Amino acid sequence: MDFNAALFTQYLIIGIASGALIALIALGYTLVYGIVELINFAHGEVFMMGALFATTVVATVGVTNDSSGVAIVFMAIAALLASMLFSGLLNAGIDRVAYRRLRNAPKLAPLIAAIGISFILQNIAIYWKGSNPITPPSLIPTEYVRYNVLTEWFGLETRIRLRVLDLAVLGVTIPLLIGLTWFVYKTRTGKAMRATAQDRDAAALMGIDVNRTIAYAFLIGGALAGAAGMIAVYYNNSARFQMGFRYGLFAFTAAVLGGIGNLAGSVIGALCIGIVWSMSDGFMSQYIEGWGAGWTPAVIFAVLVLVMIFRPTGLLGEQTVDKV
Amino acid sequence: MADTAPTMLDVQDIHTYYGHIHALKGITLQVRKGEIVTLIGSNGAGKSTTLKTISGLLQPRQGEVSLDGRRLNGVPAHKIASLGVAQSPEGRRVFPRMSVLENLEMGAFSRGKADPDDLARVFDLFPRLKERASQKAGTMSGGEQQMLAIGRALMARPTLLLLDEPSMGLAPILVEQIFGIVRDINAQGTTVLLVEQNALMALAIAHRGYVLQTGQIVLADEANALAKNEMVRKAYLGEE
Repeated sequence: MDFNAALFTQYLIIGIASGALIALIALGYTLVYGIVELINFAHGEVFMMGALFATTVVATVGVTNDSSGVAIVFMAIAALLASMLFSGLLNAGIDRVAYRRLRNAPKLAPLIAAIGISFILQNIAIYWKGSNPITPPSLIPTEYVRYNVLTEWFGLETRIRLRVLDLAVLGVTIPLLIGLTWFVYKTRTGKAMRATAQDRDAAALMGIDVNRTIAYAFLIGGALAGAAGMIAVYYNNSARFQMGFRYGLFAFTAAVLGGIGNLAGSVIGALCIGIVWSMSDGFMSQYIEGWGAGWTPAVIFAVLVLVMIFRPTGLLGEQTVDKV
Repeated sequence: MADTAPTMLDVQDIHTYYGHIHALKGITLQVRKGEIVTLIGSNGAGKSTTLKTISGLLQPRQGEVSLDGRRLNGVPAHKIASLGVAQSPEGRRVFPRMSVLENLEMGAFSRGKADPDDLARVFDLFPRLKERASQKAGTMSGGEQQMLAIGRALMARPTLLLLDEPSMGLAPILVEQIFGIVRDINAQGTTVLLVEQNALMALAIAHRGYVLQTGQIVLADEANALAKNEMVRKAYLGEE
């Protein structure tokens, strides 16, 4: 069968948008792992809670797709900031209540605590929103739902569709990534985070409050997950207590693929996973009979297994090498 | 000197444990303002554990540490650092993925911002660090990392400097240089508590010394008296 370039491009666009979303979640895994060497298995649930919170915020304020354009934009930004704050505080709160007490315990203890917390959060979500998928209050004006940026803005006659939503995902993710980089490399707290990640005792000797610095890593990681939650709920037009599981595992795979602990690596890994995801969901069925979205998790975890076998440090990760 | 100077650091009968291991079994020592005091002893005697207990990385289970009369038990390490105690730790512990300059800036963290004068002074003491200012610390040689660890501690402009094995892994010529620098730093007004395996060098620059053995102090005296002590000469200076 011939290579269908238009279809490929279409899935590439979707893949990049999904990848950007996954990157926001993956950064939370990598920030926390980098500083406390804990795989925070509750991170997917922090993302999910952010998504559910965003629906509550929008529903409570009552702005809908019939409201004025300005109101909709402000609502979207306000909901984004609210879910970032919510998930950030949730994540830092979990650290304060659970992980911090286990800081000097064997590594398995906080890991098991994280799994326990992920169950707790899922159950809170069921209690809060029910166990069925919920549709967020509609916020995107009807005329924009099928709006194709390529045709409307650039006058291209093409079957490839670039939606406003795809652009919005990138429009949120890219500034957040730039902001995070600036924060980690330029601010006093960011430098303290890097120092703590590289040598916790030495950081304490420099006068860095290690516990507070770790709390900041959880706060920022959680806030990024909250942003991803708000985006995901509108990108998929659906949210559910289980959504954190799949996104969380995909993002974890992305972080490992990129080299866990490495910020740039997580973003690259996430783009790879996003593209693999969309290709497997849509493009592959064109060529392989019987292929469908059901295979996607298998493909992604195959990537995880291959990385573990052939390049355990990930694409960019050399972190463990110089961490003697 | 300094017999009349006020006691800066007062360690009273501290017991520190690693899990169930009783590492310090009642260490008592004093450091007076302006002194260089050295702790000597063989591997595993508890020298580094003593320093870590003073700087707050470890908490004593019994006994008391106080600085200028202020009790330090239960005070976290980062607060002790902001009281003017800086440590160049065992094994150097520089931040490997930060540049030399960034490492030095981290040294001044408790003071807020790095003072350009302090930076100039450190570069003056260790010209090598200036040449390598933008290099990642983890890629430098052991000797260079040692200089960085000491320089980083000086960036805090400490009133009490804790040095853990500054001669470790260094070529003999560098060892002499480092000890010369420690003496200079002290002459400029910084009180120094120096942990060393190289007892000969340590006693040559120190005012007083303590000899540790399996978590206890077995001898305490003026440095020149310790250097003449028969037991010290046999055990630590390699004389038959």
